[in-house]
Amino acid sequence: MSNYTVQDYKKGQPRWCPGCGDHSFLASLQKAMAEIGVAPHDTAVISGIGCSSRLPHYMATYGMNTIHGRAAAIATGCKVANPNLTVWQVSGDGDGLAIGGNHFIHANRRNINLNMILLNNRIYGLTKGQYSPTSPRGFVSKSSPYGTVEDPFRPAELCFGARGHFFARAVATDAKGTIEVLQAAYKHHGAAVCEILQNCVIFNNGAYEPIYNNEGRKKNAIYVRHGEKLVFGENNEFGLVQQGFGLKVVEIGKDGYTLDDVLVHDAHCEDNTLQLKLAMMEGPDFPIALGVIRDVDAPTYDDAVYAQLDEVAAKKPYHNFAELLETNDIWEVK
Amino acid sequence: MAEKLEVKELSQVVVRFSGDSGDGMQLAGNIFSTVSATVGNGISTFPDYPADIRAPQGSLTGVSGFQVHIGEGKVYTPGDKCDVLVAMNAAALKTQYKYAKPQATIIIDTDSFGPNDLAKAQFKTDDYLGEMGIDPDRVVACPVTSIVKETLKDSGLDAKSVLKCRNMFALGLVCWLFNRDENLVDNYLREKFAKKPAIAENNIKVVRAGYDYGANTHASVPATYRIESKTKEKGRYMDITGNKATAYGLIAAAEKAGLRLYLGSYPITPATDILHELSKHKSCGVITVQCEDELAGCASAIGASFAGALAVTSTSGPGICLKSEAMNLAVILELPLVVIDVQRGGPATGLPTKSEQTDLLQALFGRNGESPMPVIAALSPVDCFDAAYQASKIALEHMTPVVLLTDAFIANGSAAFKLPDLNAMTAINPPYVPESLKGSWTPYMRDEKTGSRYWAVPGREGFQHILGGLEKDNKTGAISTDPENHHLMVGLRQAKVDKIQVPDIEIEGDNDADLLIVGFGSTYGHLHAAMDELRADGKKVALAQFKFINPLPANTAQVLSKYKKVVVAEQNLGQFAAFLRMKVNGFTPYQFNQVKGQPFVVAELVKAFNDILDK
Repeated sequence: MSNYTVQDYKKGQPRWCPGCGDHSFLASLQKAMAEIGVAPHDTAVISGIGCSSRLPHYMATYGMNTIHGRAAAIATGCKVANPNLTVWQVSGDGDGLAIGGNHFIHANRRNINLNMILLNNRIYGLTKGQYSPTSPRGFVSKSSPYGTVEDPFRPAELCFGARGHFFARAVATDAKGTIEVLQAAYKHHGAAVCEILQNCVIFNNGAYEPIYNNEGRKKNAIYVRHGEKLVFGENNEFGLVQQGFGLKVVEIGKDGYTLDDVLVHDAHCEDNTLQLKLAMMEGPDFPIALGVIRDVDAPTYDDAVYAQLDEVAAKKPYHNFAELLETNDIWEVK
Repeated sequence: MAEKLEVKELSQVVVRFSGDSGDGMQLAGNIFSTVSATVGNGISTFPDYPADIRAPQGSLTGVSGFQVHIGEGKVYTPGDKCDVLVAMNAAALKTQYKYAKPQATIIIDTDSFGPNDLAKAQFKTDDYLGEMGIDPDRVVACPVTSIVKETLKDSGLDAKSVLKCRNMFALGLVCWLFNRDENLVDNYLREKFAKKPAIAENNIKVVRAGYDYGANTHASVPATYRIESKTKEKGRYMDITGNKATAYGLIAAAEKAGLRLYLGSYPITPATDILHELSKHKSCGVITVQCEDELAGCASAIGASFAGALAVTSTSGPGICLKSEAMNLAVILELPLVVIDVQRGGPATGLPTKSEQTDLLQALFGRNGESPMPVIAALSPVDCFDAAYQASKIALEHMTPVVLLTDAFIANGSAAFKLPDLNAMTAINPPYVPESLKGSWTPYMRDEKTGSRYWAVPGREGFQHILGGLEKDNKTGAISTDPENHHLMVGLRQAKVDKIQVPDIEIEGDNDADLLIVGFGSTYGHLHAAMDELRADGKKVALAQFKFINPLPANTAQVLSKYKKVVVAEQNLGQFAAFLRMKVNGFTPYQFNQVKGQPFVVAELVKAFNDILDK
């Protein structure tokens, strides 16, 4: 049981636009933290710059709202220097994947024990509406009045490409689903990327229309859970099966497909091939995968740093400055 | 048998070892300087190496030099020109002869002066000495390679390993020339290769061969030399480079402050040795993170600082460009951070392995907004220790990023370092928020005396707070765009830096000097040597060498206005002079500026200062 309530993590009055997905995400994060029960003073929330990066200001934990793109690097130093802290790193799609793309991939590659929140609204909101690295090709915005001529990043693909060991996805307005992935991210020992699909009501309203409410998610999303059948639909009438090198949606009971043919989700599988296929699914032919898509144990950087400190300390004969000096060639002037 | 040679007493001597990058000239030079220091000589060394890892063998661009200056008393610089030049091949002779004094002894390996070698070194004929105008009487022409091969013929070493020992032959010959006790070299090698005794013994054999060659042939020189030792300050010493001294200063400061040392860095010449050195000392609890880029090096250090470590990032000028944004973040967060800039030739990639003082204004002003930052410039390889310690102390006690400027010259150069006693060093007391403020504390409450905000490290219950790159309300710590508040905060951040107490500038030389020489940082040795020469010549000259640049010592204006003529000498186009003009009303100095990527030449300084005296 946790010693803390939601109130212990709340601070101030959020200033996001009414209807912004960040509001609901913030509430879910605070609820998740209260359920997890790590003390507010042992928690650090570190963000970059952007609408969503204002989030630490509304937390009663330790926090930093830093500079554009560097949140993952700053969080890395924070966690490595003080591994007793639980560190949540919060970035938007511009902060995390454009200007901060390098830090995002390297935090994943190193497997720093961070909970990395990526609030993806596929738009630059704070600068008032330019396309982001997750905006679809052809996207019309203030800086692309005739449509973009570039393909977007898919966060999961980037995470997996960087050898990420945890990837989960939730919709900001889906409190239950969000809290579930945040808790899983906390429990995962290592870099844990949570892509939060979040609607910008002002500059990109409707980006996630098909899955932004419960009804839509029933039709157009699939909740994946480790060890459970990959079924979806209002009455779980659809399932995912493997076909050739890809996945296929089937209706159970039709065309000779039974529940036995449907894949069982394995988030713990080291090989990420099928997990990536799940993460890359999109409408209208496929449901969008929500929940913990990949969750594989691997050595973390911060653990390894401290293990090495201990290992070297046990081997070397010097442990402080005075002893270090003595390891040199020394002569005496009498 | 050799007849007795004349032994000349010298007060100082400069030896330059040169050869291909892979010839081990640095090791030979280092051993020679260490052995000299062991017998009590003053030492100063200067490696001069090419930017290429390994240029084609025997080519002009692949030559690497290592200069050692030893003297009976204190030695301030690695010396302008050398008394002995070791040239292991034709290219080395071609490129390095310009660093030799007119009467210098030249030692060459004649086996490396064949037709191919001469062609690669762009000699036109086989009379290479004639082409360079070198008097053959000054040349010790020795078939080093052949003798080394003969010496090691039964060693079982392969041909490549045998050739790697040529540097030891040169070392032996130089040791003979300067009457160094060969046993000292033997001991050094046995200790260095304690785990590989076979290597030690092979090297010793070659050193002896070089020594014996000198003794048996007199190496065609009229005399050997002895450099006596004047009593130095008593104590225990080691040889140290500036980069190593910087690393040691940081380790000492972290221990004194009771904090973990965290370095976030990215490899860059000539600063990488700080990363190398600190990475070795995990048994002292040092954490080094080699980051994905310069930005992350600085950013991760800020994260570590927030988490309660003594956080450091190390780089050179191009890295400072990339770190500037994060350095600025540290200014507004008011978190301790030490930023080390081992300056090199610029702009852009510039001269990666060469030395300049061209990043001063970048360190002082190279950020957006009003962004005051203390700046310290180390004076010498040994002073890097104290400068790093002081930078850490100021950062931690005043909750501010601090820039420590060193440069390629002092970072790679070495000198004798008296082992410091950490117990005797000044305490470092960061302004941790007192427990009594729990409940009433906000992040930008300040200590009245220093103007510094308090440090609340995550993990402490009841002091949770948010810091950030956005301007904050002076009282509540919340984001604020209020005009009056911003004006106030800009002033408070500036005042905090201005209030830092630094030692007064001390004048060396003549109190009633006709000329005050002003410099900063690493030019101390050369400016001091120039002053000494001028004074020996009867001129009245003084030197003010600045280590603390921002804030300047309180007596700066008073000192600068005391002398009729002042010259600011620096390795840039006048950055420190410009800063002093900005800070000291009516200050109009003479300037001596040189940006060659090489240390000053004392003789040139003396000439320039004499010209100013004559004006």
